Amino acid sequence: MNDSHYCPHTPEEIKEMLSVVGVSSVEELFAPIPSELRAKTFNIPSGMSEFETFTRMQAIASDNSAAMVNFIGGGFYDHIIPAVVDHLSGRAEFYTAYTPYQPECSQGTLQALFEYQTAICRLTGLDVSNASLYDGATACAEAAMMALRVTGRNRIVVDGCVNPFSRQVLKTYLYNQDVEVVEIAPLDGLLNHVALAACLDERVAAVLVQNPNFFGCIEDMSPLAAQVHAVGALLVASVYPVSLGLIMSPGEMGVDIAVGDGQSLGNPLSFGGPSFGFIAAKKAFIRNMPGRIVGETVDKNGKRGFVLTLQAREQHIKRHKATSNICSNQGLCALRGLIFLSSVGREGLAELARLNRDKAEYAKACLSTIPGVAVLQSAPTFNEFTVFLPKPAAPVVTELLRQGIAVGVPLGDYYEDSANALVVTVTEKRTKKEIDRLADVLRAEL
Amino acid sequence: MELIYEQSVPGRRGVKLPASDVPSALALPEGLLRKEPAGLAEVSELDLVRHFTRLSRRNFSVDTNFYPLGSCTMKYNAKVLENSATLFASFHPMTALLPGGEEFCQGNLGMLYDLGQMLADITGMDEVTTQPLAGAHGEMTGILLISAYHRAKGNRKKYVVVPDSSHGTNPASAAIAGYEIITVPTAPYGDMDMELFRQAMNDEVAAVMMTCPNTLGLFNPHIKEISDIAHSFDALMYYDGANLNAIMGKVKPGDVGFDVVHVNLHKTFGTPHGGGGPGAGPVGVKKDLISFLPQPRIVMDDEGTFALKTSSPGSIGRAANFYGNFGIMVRAYAYIIMLGREGLIQVSEQAVLNANYIKERLKPYYDLPYDQTCMHECVFSASRQLAHGVHAIDIAKFLIDRGYHPPTVYFPLIVKEAIMIEPTETESKAAMDAFIQVMIEAAEATESDPRVLLNAPLTMPVSRLDETKAAREQNVCCQG
Repeated sequence: MNDSHYCPHTPEEIKEMLSVVGVSSVEELFAPIPSELRAKTFNIPSGMSEFETFTRMQAIASDNSAAMVNFIGGGFYDHIIPAVVDHLSGRAEFYTAYTPYQPECSQGTLQALFEYQTAICRLTGLDVSNASLYDGATACAEAAMMALRVTGRNRIVVDGCVNPFSRQVLKTYLYNQDVEVVEIAPLDGLLNHVALAACLDERVAAVLVQNPNFFGCIEDMSPLAAQVHAVGALLVASVYPVSLGLIMSPGEMGVDIAVGDGQSLGNPLSFGGPSFGFIAAKKAFIRNMPGRIVGETVDKNGKRGFVLTLQAREQHIKRHKATSNICSNQGLCALRGLIFLSSVGREGLAELARLNRDKAEYAKACLSTIPGVAVLQSAPTFNEFTVFLPKPAAPVVTELLRQGIAVGVPLGDYYEDSANALVVTVTEKRTKKEIDRLADVLRAEL
Repeated sequence: MELIYEQSVPGRRGVKLPASDVPSALALPEGLLRKEPAGLAEVSELDLVRHFTRLSRRNFSVDTNFYPLGSCTMKYNAKVLENSATLFASFHPMTALLPGGEEFCQGNLGMLYDLGQMLADITGMDEVTTQPLAGAHGEMTGILLISAYHRAKGNRKKYVVVPDSSHGTNPASAAIAGYEIITVPTAPYGDMDMELFRQAMNDEVAAVMMTCPNTLGLFNPHIKEISDIAHSFDALMYYDGANLNAIMGKVKPGDVGFDVVHVNLHKTFGTPHGGGGPGAGPVGVKKDLISFLPQPRIVMDDEGTFALKTSSPGSIGRAANFYGNFGIMVRAYAYIIMLGREGLIQVSEQAVLNANYIKERLKPYYDLPYDQTCMHECVFSASRQLAHGVHAIDIAKFLIDRGYHPPTVYFPLIVKEAIMIEPTETESKAAMDAFIQVMIEAAEATESDPRVLLNAPLTMPVSRLDETKAAREQNVCCQG
């Protein structure tokens, strides 16, 4: 009997194969493992049928609460996903393929990644993109390390308005290296330019900012870029791709390396993954860019084709001298991003971005009519904004969760003296009715 | 084939967005506005569907072709795993981190906790983090855990020892984690040279990174001795789980002295690899390292309620945003509970049987530099074919014409003209026999008519591509 129904051999076939190998049992093949090293226990429960497995998975899923109306962001966003994204990315030829090491039989994946890279370059206004990174947070860390390599310096300045998780991941990446991370405390939900000026010197490899930032605020980074470049450092910006339908691109603002999380481009929330990180940069930095890059070329008959390129930078050739340790990318999630962007298209992305901002501005107006609630007004916002409640936000959040509303992310967990503050996110999926209900429930709770 | 941008027509649209039900907001200040919309493709939905369907047909995949890509492990991806993943698609990860939010995600948190427990049992570790997003990300995380362990004892060691047969990610991950690398050569018997290993060890070595079975497909019989020597210098043993699919239920890395392991879920537990990812690289540790694990950690109280522990003083911090590639965990979890104890053992047994079967059948035709009982993969050398001017890459291209994804070529680096074959447990004898026959034909054609190999592939949309031109011109984005 086959315990793993995906092992196809019959007992007769196994017997035949054993005789070819010249052993009398499968067990004999494990003889190279010394007997004293063999496993003494193996406590995995016995297996089950496909039907029973799916039923069990359904039971686990139903241990979660029923659907929650999301006004939370914090790096992952509840956006629409056109049906074509699931259908096309779910095609087995994309889904069950590996890294395209043999370009002739992987042109589908390679061309799709080339088209993806193009979409990212056009979105960010920068020259070159790779075939994706793990996620937005690790992309920030990779961009910082890229800047360390480019400049040969060992200090990274990080705006405290950057997503706290991204800042934590950056510190983890640099945990055992002689690199100093300097964090600048936010001022009124924005980069503290005075504090930045004080620590900007020739030791700084990069300044890492986020736009819109964790408080939801949008800043013009053009003056900042000039200031950072004046000391020979690079400006790295983490950006929210949907916002780029409306907001000036990082390239236009003078950013050297742009990164971000691609989840909002056609990838489900999926409790935090998988997603993809994107990275784009000025052309001069391409050899220092981490991860896979697809390039256009021709075959021996002059026909256009695509290959993984600049691989000499990578771990499988340079080993410990490689540009990074990244071996895969997030090919399938990047493909979803490409299909998403190609389905909304040039005007559609701008429309989507406007829709997000309109809904968020409506919510902002609704919430600001609640007595005691104040909206942070220091800068324009996209689809996230910070509100101050007349009492600590945490218990309010808990109570609203019980009523099926994830009202927002309380800032007290991430910033001292911000116990009353809450970041509220409104995407195109939120209806006027849901926003009105949010305001009503919050009003009743305060 | 045309690029999607070359099919673009201004004004065309692939999806209709919801109409706004709120008033328009005042415009953003001029200086913050994008001047021109990004030049994305403008195509109809049907054009989009045809474009990507055509692209998909230009791919080999496990569902369309035998894919014996050694050490990458391309096994069948059970369809029920995909159905399972859709059950969890709409859950926001921040929900669990909101005050009181864990209550609403008990299913998700419990599943991650159980998966960690099962992976700990399979690997012989005490606790597992699911956070790392890929195998190499797991390696880096694991090495950072090792550095935290040494730092907590007041040591800041300098080196990581890696055999020359290792995956390239091992030395790269250790270097990214701030270590210098000492490479130990492979002895003629196919494992790390014991004498040179002893010479490489000193008090400044933080870790020894090993794959076992290694990339030659060989189980190292000296593994316990190696870990004893490493531990005598207070170096920790790191296990690269890329080849774990060969030994499930047979031997546990934790029992032979390994302190940290990572597991590539797509290699051992049947999650798909999506043309390069997503992956997932959970990391298991022995109890001395638990306090350094990344945050947040999932814990269970006495009543069986799951919670997130978001601060622990010794932790290396966060390796990624949330809890790892959750959708991949769902698939791996479903795979493990479906196959169960006996099924997982059978996976290892059949993978090993299949590799040895191919090894024995092809031995008369290709050089086998390390002729021993192998585990889940076997490594040949095309050196005999090279005498006729045929390289490993030519054999690879010949296989493409015959409908097979080529094995891994030119790896491990220590085998000249390496051809590394990993059939996995899911291939039938008939599929392997057909593949073996084509490999034999390749060997025969080498002697009779090498042009057949040198000109291949002829059946694909493109033939051999100019990689030098791609690297020189760096055209990585569609112009215009």
